[in-house]
Amino acid sequence: MRVVIAEDLALLRDGLTRILEAFDCQVVAAVDNGPSVLPALTAHRPDVAVIDVRLPPTFTDEGLQAAVRARAELPGLPVLVLSQHVEQLYARELLADRRGGVGYLLKDRVSHVDQFVDAVRRVAAGGTVMDPEVVAQLLARRAGAEPLGELTAREREVLGLMAEGRSNAAIAARLFVTGKAVDKHINNIFSKLRMPPSGDDNRRVLAVLAYLDGSDARRPPS
Amino acid sequence: MDASARVPVRTWLRPGVVTVAQGLLVALLSLGTHVALFVLSVVALALIPAFGVGFALFPVVTAGVRLCTGLHRRLARWGGVELAAPYLPAPAGAQFGTWRRFRWVVSDPATWRDLAWLLPGAVTGAVCLVAFALPAYALEGLVGLPMVLHTAGVRYGYGPFWPIDNTFQALLCFPIGALLLAVGVASGRWLVWLHVRFAGFFLPPTRGAALALRVRQLTVTRAEAVDAQAAELRRIERDLHDGAQARLVALSMSIGLAEQLVGDDPEAVRRLLAEARETSGQALAELRGLVRGIHPPVLAERGLPGAVRALALAVPLPVEVTVDLPGRPVAPVESAAYFAVAEALANVGKHSGATRAWVTLRHTAGRLTVVVGDDGRGGATPAAGGGLAGTGRRLAAFDGTMTVTSPAGGPTVICMELPCELSSPRISPSSGTG
Repeated sequence: MRVVIAEDLALLRDGLTRILEAFDCQVVAAVDNGPSVLPALTAHRPDVAVIDVRLPPTFTDEGLQAAVRARAELPGLPVLVLSQHVEQLYARELLADRRGGVGYLLKDRVSHVDQFVDAVRRVAAGGTVMDPEVVAQLLARRAGAEPLGELTAREREVLGLMAEGRSNAAIAARLFVTGKAVDKHINNIFSKLRMPPSGDDNRRVLAVLAYLDGSDARRPPS
Repeated sequence: MDASARVPVRTWLRPGVVTVAQGLLVALLSLGTHVALFVLSVVALALIPAFGVGFALFPVVTAGVRLCTGLHRRLARWGGVELAAPYLPAPAGAQFGTWRRFRWVVSDPATWRDLAWLLPGAVTGAVCLVAFALPAYALEGLVGLPMVLHTAGVRYGYGPFWPIDNTFQALLCFPIGALLLAVGVASGRWLVWLHVRFAGFFLPPTRGAALALRVRQLTVTRAEAVDAQAAELRRIERDLHDGAQARLVALSMSIGLAEQLVGDDPEAVRRLLAEARETSGQALAELRGLVRGIHPPVLAERGLPGAVRALALAVPLPVEVTVDLPGRPVAPVESAAYFAVAEALANVGKHSGATRAWVTLRHTAGRLTVVVGDDGRGGATPAAGGGLAGTGRRLAAFDGTMTVTSPAGGPTVICMELPCELSSPRISPSSGTG
């Protein structure tokens, strides 16, 4: 798998490179500033880009802007955005094109190396990966609201894991239950939230995130 | 009648009614109290040699004078003119009857300026009676009272006709009344304006007094700002010391121990490293929280509009954010405004029971105006020690103000104003999400 990294701190750039290369990824380019991101992506056409939100020269949200622009100019390009902090606002902007192949994670998550590499692979394969903290914020905001209040504690847990972008098998492994049990929970959730069931994992993540975000889940992709 | 016809009548009616009421109240106040207060002041001053009675009496009379000038100020503000109060704040322990009280009153130049104004102010104030009397007389004609009395055979007159001789003259009371009303309101406005302008020579602070008041206010707000900053630094120090710092110590201990065991007990090393990772995660989370409290990253990245939108997303109810900022406020003002909105929205989320809220950011005439409103149950107060009171103090350091209107039953509207200039228009485009 070919990867482009955009991260301004040399220590973290090297660390990311080392981790990804240890797991059979090829880092084809590692840039350290916002303006170089798009040219590097256009030149290398990687399988996935790993981009830090805050980059020189402005040290604001250069990386996020570059990621959104890259996805507009190279449709379908998978992008995993990393940051020291997560914001629902940014998650919403990343998800706005309602295509898969997007990830948004705290930099802390890199320390769970295997989970991090798994997230990179899922994004590269067109999946959606959302940081548990974003999902927790979304769930907390809508906790008291109907019909989310009707869910059982277990169902809320499953909903959270679905929103993070995990597959049924991963959810089952995480909760130490059978795949059948997870299927049942998911069916209950979809019927309680009055959402159309969706077989496709990726469409399901987007639908769940849109639902939690309060934006209309049935809006056609723009 | 359609709305377009009603509006001009309203806009004409309200100032007219205000003028008439203002004229009456100013005249009553001036005629009723000025002369008495002036005489009492002179008597009190004259009594100073006589057993010192004046020492106790003069401050009491002065309090009366200030009550009177205070009412004049309110009447002037009602008419749209601001006459600031010039008085120096009372020193501690200056109760009535004390020498300190006397010294405070006598040493304030505003006391003597008030006194000098009382008699000429009584004249300009008394003339304002015209603003009431003329429209009142006009109303008598407009309701047709002279005509009624004439028809009833009473010997009566109105305007230039005294007594009224025939029905034609009696009928003229309507146009004459209308004319007098117009003249009365117009001249009344002018007379009240003259009275207020004249008072403007005496009642507001002199340049020196204004500066002294400003210095005093700046001293207080600066002391508060310094205190708040020191408290903030102490909190950060404590949080770092007990939190991230302690966790890093634990982390390095785990790693050191793992280093010792690496050849002998791989299972224990694995456990220690997992523990170390856990600890580093907690340290990072704590640092993240701390950074958010010092200067939220989203504020640095997106400026005030984006940061407020991010705040709005964290509130468990729909918040409509409206922004009209042609540029960026300076960083300290931006930060103060951000934390003010954060505090207000936190209150909305916790206490208001609202179903929706709104935030508007606007910059007009050199002032950043931030309004946070909700349709909740109201009853919010900037109680001492509460979050809102702290917000008000922080804003005061920037000469900012905060007003809370929150009647029982709602809605609650918190309006904050900060004087500030905007820098050049922002570089990054604002996102339309909200």
